[in-house]
Amino acid sequence: MTAASAEQRREPIVSVRDLQVRFQTSDRRATVKAVDGVNFDVRRGETFGIIGESGSGKTTIGRALVFLLNPSAGAILHDGIDPTALSRREFQNHRRDYQIIFQDPNAALNPRMTILASVLEPLELARIGDRAARERQAREALERVGLPQEFGERYPHQLSGGQKQRVVIARALTLKPKLIVCDEVVAALDMSIRGDVLNLFADLQRDLGLTYVFITHDLAVVAHISERVAVMYLGQFVELGPTEEVAERPLHPYTIALLSAEPRPLPSTMRQESRIVLQGEVPSPIDPPSGCRFRTRCPHAQPLCTERVPEWRELKPDHWVACHFADRPNFSPR
Amino acid sequence: MGAGPPAQRRAEGARDGARPLLSVRGLGIRFKTTQGIWQATRRIEFDIAPGERVGIVGESGCGKTITGLSILRLLPGNFAGLDGKILFDGVDLASCSARQMRAIRGKRIAMIFQEPMSALDPVFTVGHQIAETLRVHSNIGQGEARAKTLEMLRRVGIASPERRIDDYPHQLSGGMRQRVMIAASLICGPQLLIADEPTTALDVTVQAQILELLRDISETSKTALMLITHDLGVVAETCTRMITMYAGEVIEDASVDEALVRPLHPYTSGLLRSLPHLSPRHGRLPSIPGRVPSIAEMPAGCRFRARCAHAAMGCEGEQKLQDAGGGRRVRCHRFAELNLPGALHPPGAPAAAKVATQ
Repeated sequence: MTAASAEQRREPIVSVRDLQVRFQTSDRRATVKAVDGVNFDVRRGETFGIIGESGSGKTTIGRALVFLLNPSAGAILHDGIDPTALSRREFQNHRRDYQIIFQDPNAALNPRMTILASVLEPLELARIGDRAARERQAREALERVGLPQEFGERYPHQLSGGQKQRVVIARALTLKPKLIVCDEVVAALDMSIRGDVLNLFADLQRDLGLTYVFITHDLAVVAHISERVAVMYLGQFVELGPTEEVAERPLHPYTIALLSAEPRPLPSTMRQESRIVLQGEVPSPIDPPSGCRFRTRCPHAQPLCTERVPEWRELKPDHWVACHFADRPNFSPR
Repeated sequence: MGAGPPAQRRAEGARDGARPLLSVRGLGIRFKTTQGIWQATRRIEFDIAPGERVGIVGESGCGKTITGLSILRLLPGNFAGLDGKILFDGVDLASCSARQMRAIRGKRIAMIFQEPMSALDPVFTVGHQIAETLRVHSNIGQGEARAKTLEMLRRVGIASPERRIDDYPHQLSGGMRQRVMIAASLICGPQLLIADEPTTALDVTVQAQILELLRDISETSKTALMLITHDLGVVAETCTRMITMYAGEVIEDASVDEALVRPLHPYTSGLLRSLPHLSPRHGRLPSIPGRVPSIAEMPAGCRFRARCAHAAMGCEGEQKLQDAGGGRRVRCHRFAELNLPGALHPPGAPAAAKVATQ
């Protein structure tokens, strides 16, 4: 617990305030509220997990965090600075500190460039050092992710999926970032490789003091790697707290249902007998339900849930939830 | 032959005791590539009993999908040949005529795939596509076909099927499309349903719905299920038996509970241990070093040898899929001397269950 209170004193590396990201549909008749009023801090040196199903807005948040797209409203502060207020040149230098890695390493690597050339490219664009220094740095980055020297001269098609993802990680590391947004970075990898890459992320964090925002639909991955986790539904956070709290004492009915739906590789004697199977599917973010957005699928929905948007409140220390009834005693799964 | 409803066929099967519905023997599949003939799978052996739910698990490239496709003889254009037998209710699907195969495919054995959108035709209504199977395989009037389609849509959990039957695939959500695929595959009352990664493209809450549906349907209509997946959790929730494949071979065949608690093959054990658990455990994940050998440079003897922590003398020799007792089989000559860990019980599991496994 002392560690937790020390953590709370850490200064946020990212502060997100009332973030909204809206898109026009292709026929321009409607607006998709991909992210609709999200608030959170990412603490220095932590792994902050975001889980949600497809269309929940988790990838949009990830892209906004590194300003690959701009907020429609609200603010994202990096180290207390608003990057949108910087000059173009200052912004270019600034964004080196905030990198993003995506799911598919095949799409992220140019098939006609050698591995070394791919890893060198960010250094060249940033005009760091002379050619020899850049090459040394690129080779160091490859070594750090566990790829042997000779891989620098190879092409992407000569590498396996796991090795390619290591190259992408090495490339993100060359500019010595403070924070890396990892968007489904192990989803495309085979089971036996996934553990290796997750271990690599943990090693790099320990050695380089990195901060991660880990975005995934995979509950087990997020539970394994994150200190804190946020659960997203239809463009909003419904719950945020320490991973252990959220995984073992979830407060929001959606989190409870998600945890219950996750298929677990456990023998029948160890599986829960009653699972909560949610009915229906996620409604459209073009026209989300009034009040609580989860109410159309919530097994506990009341008239109040239609009328009023639930407040985002800190029900337990560091554990936030958006549900009118989360503090009712008979509500918890166990 | 086999035209009756599933219940009737079950009665026929019961007469000759425990005869398996599907019996794959020594199945090997070859493909033509620019580098010559590649042996994609070899010596595949397993049985599926009537009504049984069996998971085929393995990583990409292990041959699990191609094994499923070969049962229906839906092999790609570069298919170069096949060894062994695929006995389905006494008929060898590997050597039967195309006409015999057509009578079985879609009627007595059906298949569903990962992507319902690419399996459904966008220009026909879902009702038309479900009824199509029925019209091909039986002499049925339009009214009757529509009634049966409505009934089937209801059974797979589509709300107000009267409204949905005339919808086009694009009007349905991903989960509903997979329900439609399941309806189309079950409309002729098949004895075996092959499902290849049926929930991989779906969200976890929708996945739970579809897995529950597959389990219910298999139980109520006694349809055997061959579930092909990379997800051990999906197998644990849906199947009773698990066949693990590695580099084109079956390496372990056991009940799900046995395989998860006490796997006999080092690869099965390694896979189980490398999975992150839902309950936080911020330690290092045990991982399997190296990678699957490519088909072009497959080693002799045990194919897992180079990555195995238990490799020893004798592993370079041919490994037989041997009987390990209690209906289990394993392709590892050291299985009896190894005591391998399985899925560890995570701290979040219910307390009562913990006691039961200790």
